[in-house]
Amino acid sequence: MSAPDSCWHCGRPASESLFCAYCNRLQPPALDYFRFFGLEPRLALDPEDLQQRFYQLSRKLHPDRYLAATPTERQYSLEGAAILNDAYRVLRDPVARAEYVLRREGLEEVSPGRRTPPELLQEIFELNEALEEFRQDPEGARQILEQTRGRLADLRRQADAELARLFAEWDQTHQRGALEQIRAVLEGRRYVSKLETQLEEELARVGAHRN
Amino acid sequence: MSAPIEIDFGAARRAPAIGIDLGTTNSLAAFMDLTGPKIIPGEDGERLLPSLVHYGAGGEITVGNAARRLLIEQPERAVYSIKRLMGKGLDDVREELSLFPFRVAEGSQSVIRLDLGGRLFTPPEISAFILRQLRRNAEAFFGEPVTQAVITVPAYFNDAQRQATKDAGRIAGLEVLRLVNEPTAAALAYGLDKRREGIVAVYDLGGGTFDISILRLKDGIFEVLATNGDTHLGGDDIDNRLMAIALEDVASEWGEDLSQDRVAVQLLRRAVIAAKEQLSFVPRTLIEFQYQGRNYRRELARAQFEKLIADIVDRTLGPCRNALRDAQLGVEQIDEVVLVGGSTRIPLVRQAVRNLFRAEPHTELNPEEVVALGAAVQAGILMGSVQDKLLLDVTPLSLGIETLGGVVERLINRNSTIPASAAQVFTTAVDGQRNVLIHVVQGERELARDCRSLARFELKDIEPLPAGMARIEVRFLIDANGILNVAARDLRTGKEQSVEVKPSYGLTDEQVEAMILDSYEHAQEDVRERQVREARLEADRILAAVEKARLEDAYLELRDAERDAIEQAVNALLMVYHSEDYLLIRAHIDKLNQVTMRLAELMMNSAVRAALKGTKL
Repeated sequence: MSAPDSCWHCGRPASESLFCAYCNRLQPPALDYFRFFGLEPRLALDPEDLQQRFYQLSRKLHPDRYLAATPTERQYSLEGAAILNDAYRVLRDPVARAEYVLRREGLEEVSPGRRTPPELLQEIFELNEALEEFRQDPEGARQILEQTRGRLADLRRQADAELARLFAEWDQTHQRGALEQIRAVLEGRRYVSKLETQLEEELARVGAHRN
Repeated sequence: MSAPIEIDFGAARRAPAIGIDLGTTNSLAAFMDLTGPKIIPGEDGERLLPSLVHYGAGGEITVGNAARRLLIEQPERAVYSIKRLMGKGLDDVREELSLFPFRVAEGSQSVIRLDLGGRLFTPPEISAFILRQLRRNAEAFFGEPVTQAVITVPAYFNDAQRQATKDAGRIAGLEVLRLVNEPTAAALAYGLDKRREGIVAVYDLGGGTFDISILRLKDGIFEVLATNGDTHLGGDDIDNRLMAIALEDVASEWGEDLSQDRVAVQLLRRAVIAAKEQLSFVPRTLIEFQYQGRNYRRELARAQFEKLIADIVDRTLGPCRNALRDAQLGVEQIDEVVLVGGSTRIPLVRQAVRNLFRAEPHTELNPEEVVALGAAVQAGILMGSVQDKLLLDVTPLSLGIETLGGVVERLINRNSTIPASAAQVFTTAVDGQRNVLIHVVQGERELARDCRSLARFELKDIEPLPAGMARIEVRFLIDANGILNVAARDLRTGKEQSVEVKPSYGLTDEQVEAMILDSYEHAQEDVRERQVREARLEADRILAAVEKARLEDAYLELRDAERDAIEQAVNALLMVYHSEDYLLIRAHIDKLNQVTMRLAELMMNSAVRAALKGTKL
């Protein structure tokens, strides 16, 4: 669905707004997440402001408000609210937001596990070793695992700090170079998250087994 | 001169949309008045309608308390806890059916059919009887037809269970404005009087289901952050545990296994439930059961009871932790905890909630009424009478499609705010292929066979092209009821692509339509019943009037024959008073009217005489 250039109801020119400037009828939703929120495409967003906008837009768009409206408006409300919710889900999460911008700017998607980031090889090796020990002797190896968990969290925090710096850079310069660096950081971060999940699952599994 | 004030009585008298809590054990309805949500009592004055349905030999349906006795006398014609079977296939409930006395008919793979005295009913039809009773109660209460309702469902209900609930509403002649999740409804009811901001956890342990929902309340927005639960966990499980013990006890004391005796099982079930309920208030009680001249008594202490149900209560904690994790919150970030559902009266349950959330839970509102009250608030929101509140709920389960090798590709993650949508482009695998089949599943597992099959969607009449050339975009949209809608578009032509839906569980649209038609026949019976009731009311009126007139002087002025005729007509009317034939009752009312005509005249005259006397003096 693409936004038409005139109002479906009164036929007068369409604006950027959710509602027709002339007859105030709900218009078909725009698909760009930033535009939907009335925001410039930026990577650094204030979560409080975003939440405020989300609540405001929800009050305007939610199907609860259109029960007695025309079928067309009901449909637009349903689709609009769905896009709003999808957009909020993406924009409020820095990683999903960055991935969205990468796609929007025509950069190849971040593909998980395409290659192992070399700086993580050591970490992965140690984790596997620790997991092996953990299976043999859960109590003895627990401490090693806790340490690994801490190191992975550190790596993730480092990646987040790096992302924050690159977000600000891109917001100022809109240069492709910044986006490419963001993509590299995202790939590494995704790998770290995967390892973290693996670790948690293993801990939970052995924990459950013991009970 | 001021213009006359016009009052539109038509608008003012329209009955409001009602909120319905269709529960496993009890159901109830509420409505929104100017001061807030109120429960609609039944004709017997009770606020809760037990979710019991009895189908009589003459085809008459009895619902609620009136069906209690029938459940004991004719258990093969009665159903309880039907909610547990909503949206289920036979394989889902095989284990459970061993504990319930229901008879399931052949061919119940995708929809269960229960055999009640030879007639088959699906769970939505049985639920519709409960809904119709609530509707009737509301109509009697308002004196107006009621046609619109908000119905609540457990937050963890899947698509088929929600669809089945919506079908039940339609069969009962209700326009289902919205399905609302029970814990969210409870939060609405609680959040109404106090302007709260913060994070609220709603712990809802009912008769058959458990839900936990975590919400953020801010500026009138109720945003659900995460929900989790178990649609097979509740008070019924506790009852079954007690039943197993009692049956075993009785077997060893009486030397007889009663587990196949439907009547005995119902009586014993009632006894253990009574004991369970008492233990919420007293430290020890008796399970007392009399049957065929024999007595069974067993003392049960709360401590024993708690030991017995500890693992059932424990099973609620896993979902709570999962919900917290999904909401990315720690226990210390929960500001308030709300308890919902009759089973939260059990002290051990309250203790478990206190321990987990390290907070004293709210119990100000009746845990059995709070969901219906919240549903009424939601009805108010939808009708525009409540303007400052808005509910943003989530889908409890991830939605995905089956891909090569039976692996699930996730399209919409669990705990996504609804409405939520996802699009996916499909193509053909062989030259000239006309149809593509898409298998949609719900659940968190990697393989489709471990998830819940939701439906198969068939894209039909695709333009024949070389393999891989067709491009069909399929849009999956979960609406505000949590129900999936699918639409497809041919990206090459931009034209809408036809999709045929084959639900894996539940009724097709045609089946629901047929049931609605069927229920019109029942509605005819309802009309007849109402006419009988009205005829009896009129008979009451005239009989009372005659009774009073007998004390008047005018009665003595009548000739003997006239008095005899009145006596006879009164007796004749009393004879037919309890018949189901309203025309017969009316005929005798007319007869009595006729023979009392002169009496009425005489009374009128004496009244006029008295009045004239008065003016002279």
